[in-house]
Amino acid sequence: MVQKRRLRVMVAKPGLDGHDRGARIIARAFRDAGFEVVYTGLHQTPEQIVDAAIQEDVDLIGLSSLAGAHRYLFPRVVEILRERKAEDIMVCGGGIVPEDDIPVMKKAGIKEIFTPGTTLDSIVAWVNANVKPR
Amino acid sequence: MKEIAEKVVAGDVRTVARLIRDIDDGMPHVRDALKRLFPHTGRAYVIGITGAPGVGKSTLVDQMISHLRKNGKTVGVLAVDPTSPFSGGAILGDRVRMQRHSMDEGVFIRSLATRGHFGGLTQSTRSAIDVLDAMGKDYILVETVGVGQDEVDVVRSAHTTLIVVIPGMGDDIQAIKAGILEVGDIFVINKADRDGTDKTMSDLRLMIDMDQRKYKDGKWKPPILKIQAVFDQGVKELMDSIEEHRLYNLKAHGELPFRKRKDRVGQELAEMVKARLIEEVLGNLVESGAFDLAVEEIVAGKLDPYTACERIVIPVLGKRP
Repeated sequence: MVQKRRLRVMVAKPGLDGHDRGARIIARAFRDAGFEVVYTGLHQTPEQIVDAAIQEDVDLIGLSSLAGAHRYLFPRVVEILRERKAEDIMVCGGGIVPEDDIPVMKKAGIKEIFTPGTTLDSIVAWVNANVKPR
Repeated sequence: MKEIAEKVVAGDVRTVARLIRDIDDGMPHVRDALKRLFPHTGRAYVIGITGAPGVGKSTLVDQMISHLRKNGKTVGVLAVDPTSPFSGGAILGDRVRMQRHSMDEGVFIRSLATRGHFGGLTQSTRSAIDVLDAMGKDYILVETVGVGQDEVDVVRSAHTTLIVVIPGMGDDIQAIKAGILEVGDIFVINKADRDGTDKTMSDLRLMIDMDQRKYKDGKWKPPILKIQAVFDQGVKELMDSIEEHRLYNLKAHGELPFRKRKDRVGQELAEMVKARLIEEVLGNLVESGAFDLAVEEIVAGKLDPYTACERIVIPVLGKRP
C-alpha cells in the first residue's frame, strides 16, 4: 500500500467571536504542512464542533478564541468529547488567553495553548510531535 | 470486519466516519467491510452537484438538506475539495455553509480531499457513497468542482446530476464545448438576481436544443432553473425537478436499482479493476524502489521511457509482447 494515514485536523471558532483571520492563517499553515484541514466557520457551539469532528474523523481540534470566553468554551468541548466517548480526539487552543488561565485549560484536558506571538512553524512542529493519526 | 459492517448498518456514526477515513487512506481491510456492506446498498438516491468554485454549490447543498429534512428524508453529504499539489494538504471548507445541520442526527456530512492517489478519487468516493447508503441515508448529495475526468465520473455515477453555473461565466462557445455540461440532468443558474442571467439562460437553452435529436421518444430533456440559493429562492422548484427526474429514471429503467443496471455495473467494475491494478502494480513498484530507479535511468539518458514501461508491464502480464 502506498497510501499512509494523513493527519486530519479541525480548526474551529467557538462562541460569539467574529475574528477568524488567525484561524484562517492557522488553517493555511496546516494545509501547507500536508494536513487535511476542516474549517467550521464562525459562531459554533461546542456541541456543533464535537459533532462535526466526529463525522469528519479528525485527529485534532484546534479551537480559536479571541473574545474571552475560552474558560467556558474550551473545557466544554473536551467534556462533550468525553460524553460522546470520543476523547481520543485531541484538543488544543489558541488566541487571547491570559497566562494565568493556561494551567486551568491544561487541567481541563486541553493539551496545549498557543498565545499571540507563537510562530506558525512552532505550532506545526508541536502538532507533528504530539498528534499521531489514529 | 463483520462487526464494522454491522455497526455501519446500525447507523453508528463513529464507525462510519472511521470507515470512510480508512477507504480514503487505502487501508486493505476496507475491502472486506465493503463486500459485507454491498447487500445493504442500492437504496439511497444519489444527487451529484457540480460547478466551478464560488458558484454556490455548498450553499445550495445546505438548502437542499433543509428541504429533504422537512420531508422526513435522511441525508448524507460528501463534499469534495481539492488537495494542494504542493503540500498534499487541503482546506476543506464546504462544511462552513452547512454547519447548522451538524447536530441533526438525520444528516451526516463528510469532507473529502481529492488527494490524487493512485486508486483514484472515483473509487474512494463511490465506496464512501456505498457506506452512507448502507448506513441508511435516503439521499446522498455529492458535491465536487467537476474538474478532471475523475470528478466527471463521480458526478456521472449519481442518479441525478446538477450543473450549477452563475450569470456571466463564459460565452456561448463555452456552452457548446464538450465536457461537464454534457452530463447534466438539471441546470441551475444560481445568483439569478445578477446581470446576465437571461443571456446565460439562452446560451444553455441553445446548447440543450442543439441536442434535439437526443430528446425524442420522451427522453429526459434537462430543464434550466433560476435560483438564489442563499435566499432559498427557487430551491423548492429544483427539488420538484429532481423528483421528476427520479420518477423519469424509475419509468425509463424500471424498478431495478440504478446501480444494478448493466451499463453502470460494467462501468463501475471496469473502474474498480483499473484502480486496483494501478494501486497494486504501481504501488509495489514505488515501494520496492524500482519506479524511482527507472526514473533515474531515464533522466540519466540510459533508458527510454518506452522500454522502461515495457520492463514494468511485461513481468506483470507474465508474457512477452
